[in-house]
Amino acid sequence: MNLQTKKHLLDIDCYSKEEIFQILNDSKIMMEILNRKVKKIPTLRGKTIVTLFYEPSTRTRISFEQAAKILNADVINISIKESSSNKGESLLNTVLTIQSIKADIIIIRHPHSGAPYFLAKNSEVPIINAGDGSHAHPTQSLLDLYTIQNNLGKIENINIVMVGDILYSRVARSNILAFSKLGANITLCGPNTLIPHEFLSNNHLYKNIKFEPSLKKAVKNADVIMPLRIQLERQSTGHLPNLQEYSKQWCITSDIVSISKQDVKILHPGPMNEGIEISSDVAHGPKSLISEQVTNGVAVRMALLYSMLNTEPNMNLEE
Amino acid sequence: MSTYNSNPSLNSIYTKTLLDSNSINKSLVRISHEIIERNKELESIILIGIQRRGVTLSNRLKDLIFTFSKVDIKTGALDIGFYRDDLSFINRPFIRETTILNNIDNKTVILVDDVLFTGRTIRAAMNALIDFGRPKFIQLAVLIDRGHRELPIRPDYIGKNIPTSSTESIQVKLTEIDEEETVLLQKDSYELTN
Repeated sequence: MNLQTKKHLLDIDCYSKEEIFQILNDSKIMMEILNRKVKKIPTLRGKTIVTLFYEPSTRTRISFEQAAKILNADVINISIKESSSNKGESLLNTVLTIQSIKADIIIIRHPHSGAPYFLAKNSEVPIINAGDGSHAHPTQSLLDLYTIQNNLGKIENINIVMVGDILYSRVARSNILAFSKLGANITLCGPNTLIPHEFLSNNHLYKNIKFEPSLKKAVKNADVIMPLRIQLERQSTGHLPNLQEYSKQWCITSDIVSISKQDVKILHPGPMNEGIEISSDVAHGPKSLISEQVTNGVAVRMALLYSMLNTEPNMNLEE
Repeated sequence: MSTYNSNPSLNSIYTKTLLDSNSINKSLVRISHEIIERNKELESIILIGIQRRGVTLSNRLKDLIFTFSKVDIKTGALDIGFYRDDLSFINRPFIRETTILNNIDNKTVILVDDVLFTGRTIRAAMNALIDFGRPKFIQLAVLIDRGHRELPIRPDYIGKNIPTSSTESIQVKLTEIDEEETVLLQKDSYELTN
């Protein structure tokens, strides 16, 4: 891994297993701070963090903002509608402008896959990818890893089932990288039209990922079920007859959950379309970790921002 | 150490044992008696150890105070990494857990650390503590005071005063962490090796 990609977080494969575990470990410490009455520490005082979102977002953006503010960084949110992008300014020039105001980290979400990679090549400021097209969403993966580790005690050898739009989901893509790196068994499930063809034909290099066409079979031994939203904004037509049809066959309902292990956990990266990929009673039921995921997201992003303060952890400083 | 190194490396010229396990224990016994003497309401004391060896020492003090007074004092652990004043100049410090489970409002918090040097760690620790509440008193107990203060901070309980030069370093080793029990003084100097 060269220094260029180390400095930025573009996808989860920027990080080694050890670095991922370091962040999960730091997240636990950040969680203690998040739960304090006065949840503010001076660590990133004087740092400026800019969020540049070319796509709508609720949780990712406020999660980053909350994380940065607890660490005492200053946050500037750029809403694209009100920015000079509307006057035709290019993405690169926008980022160079942000660099010139002395920002310390840029967090970007963009509808085009690969946009953060292009910026990383041209920016001196570290870039965090907060979702690019249907490509990657590494901080979502980090918080999913943390949530599962926190609830199941481990990640290695757990059975995780991702259901739905695997083809267009950046969460699925980053999670496949993250969970297979840490040794989980991944089952992909959903309509054939929404599964990447290498997984359909089982022609891939990941030995712990399999495709299972039957939802009932897929969830049978699941420790974690993760339904994914149908990314209608990214799809061309023809993948699905209609959403009602999809929901009939693939919705995670309490009947489906009851086939699975007694203590199965339900995760969802959000936003949810209740009644389509997940039923309301499951989404808000006792097995759901969905709101915990959001809380964990803040702690994980605090750990991430802290780790980007400087490259190498210094083990000797405390002595 | 004859490996070639173009950078100056830290070579220790001498190592002296300042305290052995017996004298470490004696110091802690004395500190715990002093804590009992100075604080009328032992129940309102919370011992907070600074990660990492301060935590070990605070647990030992808790046990000693219990032996002498039968009062079970509450303890906590504090990592000051996030509160360092040199975060912009250094690599990121390794952070350990902070566990302060008791309300510290109106309590007497005794910070415990192994070595008191510049005082900057204690400054950071006090900053961190204030985020948890408003203690009535903050006191400071250290096993070694080696001088060279850069801030107006002084300890209330001192195991041993050791005048040092700034090129020397102090190493505290405790059984729970280092599997040996000693305090060493090392004289370091920069010296080219090749």
